[in-house]
Amino acid sequence: MPKILVLGTGNILWADEGFGVRVVEEFHRRYAVPDNVTILDGGTQGLYLVSYLEEADRLIVFDAIDYGLEPGQLRLVRDDEVPKFTGAKKMSLHQTGFQEVLSAAELLGRCPQHLTLIGCQPLDLKDWGGPLTGPVRDQIEPAIGLACELLAQWGSPAIPRSEPLPELERLLANDIDHFHYEMRVEPA
Amino acid sequence: MMVLQTPNRFKLDNSGKRIVVDPLTRIEGHMRVEVNVDSDNVIRNAVSTGTMWRGIETILKGRDPRDAWAFTERICGVCTGTHALTSVRAVENALGITIPDNANSIRNIMQLCLQVHDHLVHFYHLHALDWVDIVSALKADPKATSALAQSVSSWPLSSPGYFKDLQIRLTKFVESGQLGPFKNGYWGHAAYKLPPEANLMAVAHYLEALDFQKEIVKIHTIYGGKNPHPNWLVGGVPCAINVDDVGAVSAINIERLNLVSSIIDRCIEFTEKVYLPDVVAIGSFYKDWLFGGGLSGKSVMSYGDIPEHANDFSAKSLKLPRGVIINGNLNEVLPIDHSDPAQIQEFVTHSWYKYADESKGLHPWDGVTEPNYQLGPKTKGTKTDIKELDEGGKYSWIKAPRWRGHAVEVGPLARYIVGYAQNEPEFKEPTEKLLKTLGLPVSALFSTLGRTAARALECEWAAHQMRYFQDKLVARIKAGDTSTANVEKWKPESWPKEAKGYGFTEAPRGALAHWIKIKDTRIDNYQCVVPTTWNGSPRDPKGNIGAFEASLMDTPMADPEKPLEILRTIHSFDPCLACSTHVMSPDGQEMAIVKVR
Repeated sequence: MPKILVLGTGNILWADEGFGVRVVEEFHRRYAVPDNVTILDGGTQGLYLVSYLEEADRLIVFDAIDYGLEPGQLRLVRDDEVPKFTGAKKMSLHQTGFQEVLSAAELLGRCPQHLTLIGCQPLDLKDWGGPLTGPVRDQIEPAIGLACELLAQWGSPAIPRSEPLPELERLLANDIDHFHYEMRVEPA
Repeated sequence: MMVLQTPNRFKLDNSGKRIVVDPLTRIEGHMRVEVNVDSDNVIRNAVSTGTMWRGIETILKGRDPRDAWAFTERICGVCTGTHALTSVRAVENALGITIPDNANSIRNIMQLCLQVHDHLVHFYHLHALDWVDIVSALKADPKATSALAQSVSSWPLSSPGYFKDLQIRLTKFVESGQLGPFKNGYWGHAAYKLPPEANLMAVAHYLEALDFQKEIVKIHTIYGGKNPHPNWLVGGVPCAINVDDVGAVSAINIERLNLVSSIIDRCIEFTEKVYLPDVVAIGSFYKDWLFGGGLSGKSVMSYGDIPEHANDFSAKSLKLPRGVIINGNLNEVLPIDHSDPAQIQEFVTHSWYKYADESKGLHPWDGVTEPNYQLGPKTKGTKTDIKELDEGGKYSWIKAPRWRGHAVEVGPLARYIVGYAQNEPEFKEPTEKLLKTLGLPVSALFSTLGRTAARALECEWAAHQMRYFQDKLVARIKAGDTSTANVEKWKPESWPKEAKGYGFTEAPRGALAHWIKIKDTRIDNYQCVVPTTWNGSPRDPKGNIGAFEASLMDTPMADPEKPLEILRTIHSFDPCLACSTHVMSPDGQEMAIVKVR
């Protein structure tokens, strides 16, 4: 079986910039995956992620991407197109970070053979401490759907959990999980 | 203004051609530098502005103090663990919580591991290309490269065949047009001084370090439970120790302790046989480029870190030096008190925030972060498209922290200068040895090269300290002490109605502290003053310039259109922000763009 990495990147402290992380968080909460699939909250980590990339034959990455589309539009790009999008001039805030990770893995000769980027056009990247905006939050579900289709095509289907994971086993805890993070005492 | 003398003794002249760096946005971590050069292209005025994260208190207010580390861990992609450690220390300080000795050792190993990883990655992957010309490496003679490598180190990967294979790989990479990390270089720039062979050797080590850095962070996975976002715990560390354990997923057993131990050995070997020899070899070609000292020869500060004894943060217990040096007086290292409202203060006269009285600074416990985006009258451009900043007005999202009113530099060089001044053999002897090898006087330390060399020395120091604390941990475990957390005051019912505290660390890039106020078991105020706030600070009410600004003064540029010298010096601070540099002609037309980290 190919090793598959399902990665979410972005900074959860910057409104829509947290899209990628929130998608993997929700995906992990509701779906179980076979042993050859790893789900990872990559945050804004740069070179720390190289080893995860190296071990993967196939990569699905979720991110907030400035495609120049309407806010909340979801777009999937593959393989050679991925670095192009993570390298375009107006990209997500940590773009250099992830582009560097890809080229570092390539430089080491161990980049995944198949790359898929599932990106959402953000509405607001500047609202420090703010929540995902409505149009972007609405794309979490469709983004998970796209990933499920891909995983099924790759012979490693995600299985819906009969019950969502208990809080302690989730990807993000300590009040930074999506629900609690957005429960704020004062608006930003 | 023509010529202006600052209180911290820099002569500023903004009459010459202005060179502008990066469009100003509020995007996290971007910065911009503007300099004026005279007719000989020497920098005579420097203005640094940044768009650091701000207002963490807005997010943290009303939350459980025991969760603050998880939020601060997300502030930045490179300072992850050190923010978390600073946060748990702040909460423990506020609530009077002590941690067990094993937790102290494990935290120290985590922090030292971050130092080693960050210094190595900074040098090879973010900074080396300011000194090393990739394209020139393609012209190197592999045999001569091998001879050079073997003359500086016993590191085994040094055969002519090894360098020849690498050169072929590199040529293919460059010819494919996918330059990746190398695409933004000023290859062939006159400020590159290395012969092709030294360049090829450095590129080989760039790749080896890229491979090796993945091993180093396994330590974080083992002690932090997971990576890239390790777990932390108020009152200790979240990992359990069970030496006989074979099955449990997360407990620290003998096998894991041995794995950490072997990684530490490899860290020591790599720093001693690759990193340090490279810095010496590269430094020997740049001995006459001793610019970039800035504040380092005047005022530096180190909070200190790595407590020998758990819960003892006195200068005596801290293995990294603690103290402040002012106005170049190395004979006196002044003590720091994070709780004294007269010592650390943040000013906003030139920052985009509002205070009731901006002539005064605020201690972080009483810190206020209220945005006030307005530009000085001499600004060129508009609020959304600034062509040239007016440094006479507000010009940065970074506040100006000062120690008793003094602008100070923080970071590895500051730590080594304080350790040197305190006559600490662990810091003084390696420094003197390195200077002697290069045939340079002590004054050479106060430079961009000195900053880069101090980081390499510290990396070696940190690798050895990891060994020390790992051995200490194992010895205690063998003696039967497996305690890793103190949960006595875990429950909020045991806390006072109101409490305040602070925590500090030496992050790889410099002094970091968090201040917290707790009220009715919830966070009431939370302020972070990060290393790049100190180094990247704008001017203060008295006109003192910050460390980045000071470091650029009087540097001659070979070609203002290709500001390699600016990048080299700003990079030497390991700023925790990515930045793009746009070099503009005097009429504001963009001439070049460069990615900076």
